[in-house]
Amino acid sequence: MTNTRMEKHSFLYQFESFISKNQKLLLILLAAFLCLLPKGVNNQYFLTVIVKMAVYAMFGLGLNILTGYTGLVSLGHAGFVAIGAYTASLCAVKLGLSFFPSMLLGMVAAGLVGILLGLPTLRLTGTYLSIVTLGFGEIIKMIAMNWSPVTNGTLGVKNIPKPAVFGMKLTIANHGLYYLVIIILVVCTVFCLLLVKSKTGRALQAIKGDELASVMMGINVTYYKILAFVLSACICAAAGALYATLIGYVDPNTFNFDVSTLILSIVILGGMGTIRGMFLGASILIALPEASRFLMVYRFVLYGVILVVMMRFRPQGILGWKSQLPYKLSRQVMERLKMEETEEAGDNG
Amino acid sequence: MIAQQIFNGLALGMGYALIAVGYSLVFGILRLVNFSHGSVYAFGAQMAMVFIGLRFGVIPGLIASMVLTGVLGVAIDKLALEPLRKKKSIPIASLITTIGISNIVTNLLIVAFGSEKRAFPPLFDFGTLQIGKIVVSSTQIGMFVVSLILMLLLVGIVFYTKIGLAMRAAEQNPKAANLMGINVNFVISFTFFLSGISASIAGSLVGSYYQIVYPNMGFMAGLKAFAAAVLGGIGSLPGAIIGGLIVGVSESMAATVLGSTYRDSMAFIILIIVLIVRPNGLFGKKGITKV
Repeated sequence: MTNTRMEKHSFLYQFESFISKNQKLLLILLAAFLCLLPKGVNNQYFLTVIVKMAVYAMFGLGLNILTGYTGLVSLGHAGFVAIGAYTASLCAVKLGLSFFPSMLLGMVAAGLVGILLGLPTLRLTGTYLSIVTLGFGEIIKMIAMNWSPVTNGTLGVKNIPKPAVFGMKLTIANHGLYYLVIIILVVCTVFCLLLVKSKTGRALQAIKGDELASVMMGINVTYYKILAFVLSACICAAAGALYATLIGYVDPNTFNFDVSTLILSIVILGGMGTIRGMFLGASILIALPEASRFLMVYRFVLYGVILVVMMRFRPQGILGWKSQLPYKLSRQVMERLKMEETEEAGDNG
Repeated sequence: MIAQQIFNGLALGMGYALIAVGYSLVFGILRLVNFSHGSVYAFGAQMAMVFIGLRFGVIPGLIASMVLTGVLGVAIDKLALEPLRKKKSIPIASLITTIGISNIVTNLLIVAFGSEKRAFPPLFDFGTLQIGKIVVSSTQIGMFVVSLILMLLLVGIVFYTKIGLAMRAAEQNPKAANLMGINVNFVISFTFFLSGISASIAGSLVGSYYQIVYPNMGFMAGLKAFAAAVLGGIGSLPGAIIGGLIVGVSESMAATVLGSTYRDSMAFIILIIVLIVRPNGLFGKKGITKV
């Protein structure tokens, strides 16, 4: 008993219960803050950094489904980002499609490749899987480099048009791109939150916990692993398409192994298997080099140090705590429980 | 033409085999893919360049580089990996740690030496040899012979010495080895030392083959050597040699047949085919999952 009482007085418990009590108010405040941010700081450079953070947070969310929830470590997610970015920007530049259909096409392409990559990797576990994903990332880079008629080889794709809504071009200068990225980020986050709470999310977490036990519990591991690959690939591809229009050009070296490591660092720094962690991870890792230009040379050293130190002292990530609140049952279950209680009371009386 | 390419591939393949041995040694004992190995190899090559440039002669320079690289391997193990073993962290933690170390070492090399390519002195400069239509440079022969001697030395150490016996014991069952009075942590450090030495020699040989070294050279070479190690069956020494030769030959064949832009992708194609068809490699032992 003393143990639970101590937990109730812990800082984490109070913090979490405060957030869950004032959830709606905090959400409204956050939404208002995000809406008013560009008006408050009319600084293009600052907004670009914010947009970059949001895009990287989406990369993190994508990889998190695979690494954080399903426990499959991918070292080649830059490959999925590249597929999304290339497909979307080629559709926009060569076929003249507008942004949203090109982004969707990019997501579909990445999803299909996700199935292709997921199928053979089912036989592999742990390290071997990571290696294959690494090889996959490199192969995608090489395809982008060598398939010159389509991808324009090492020169890359230039002059990627900015997305347009009702004829209005969305750029950083008129805040349009900022709102677009934030909206897509919110959609992604809500999707991830719903996914985690759903049956699928629980199945993924069960696979992470113990694959053999989940097979015994009747979870179709094959199906869920491939699903995790596909969802993760789709989110990363969408973010990749956004990234391409944000930067304005893509070339094979935009998506090298360093990007894969950076995405993984975001997931690990923020906290594997948490959604909140992705935002913090992306903010820190994108803001740090921007805030400290003098660190430029040491930036990649710093990423390495972060990986090593985090694994040594806090492998669950900065925000990777286990919730202290009681597990929330779904509404139907609560109603059923209440009904049973009243029935029992009626029987006794 | 084809025979020429096979010969080129064999020399290069021996270099890959030497790097692959480093992966295999560490994987055998820790069941860990040491992602930092590529950067250790680049470190060895850079150090060899620096020490040979100091004009103490080629051989003392190489030895100094070997020792320093070996020490780097031990330092990686002691500073980053041993604490994780003591904490009994999940295997993924060590894997991510080695990726981090690889980042640190490579980028510190870039900070120290700049990312540009630097000239590496040729180690065996005795002209070329012509057999029929095949032209073989002395560098290639030297590379092949030195690698072969080193491989035999390594096999000798692992199979015929006391520390080799301890290594194999720790590989089979670390706990039981510990109970038999083997200092497993020392054995692991020794393994890292050996893998560092072989990486340094491989770096010097490949560096003298292409006559350039640069901090990022370890990334590609490391991945290719890893493909070689997996092909041969990771954890097996003869497998690493065969795998290295196959990767080397198929790479130089691909360069002539398909065009030079495809030479780097060959190793990955091999890697993925092997992992799909036969994940344990040609000589690997089959792992059994126990419940």
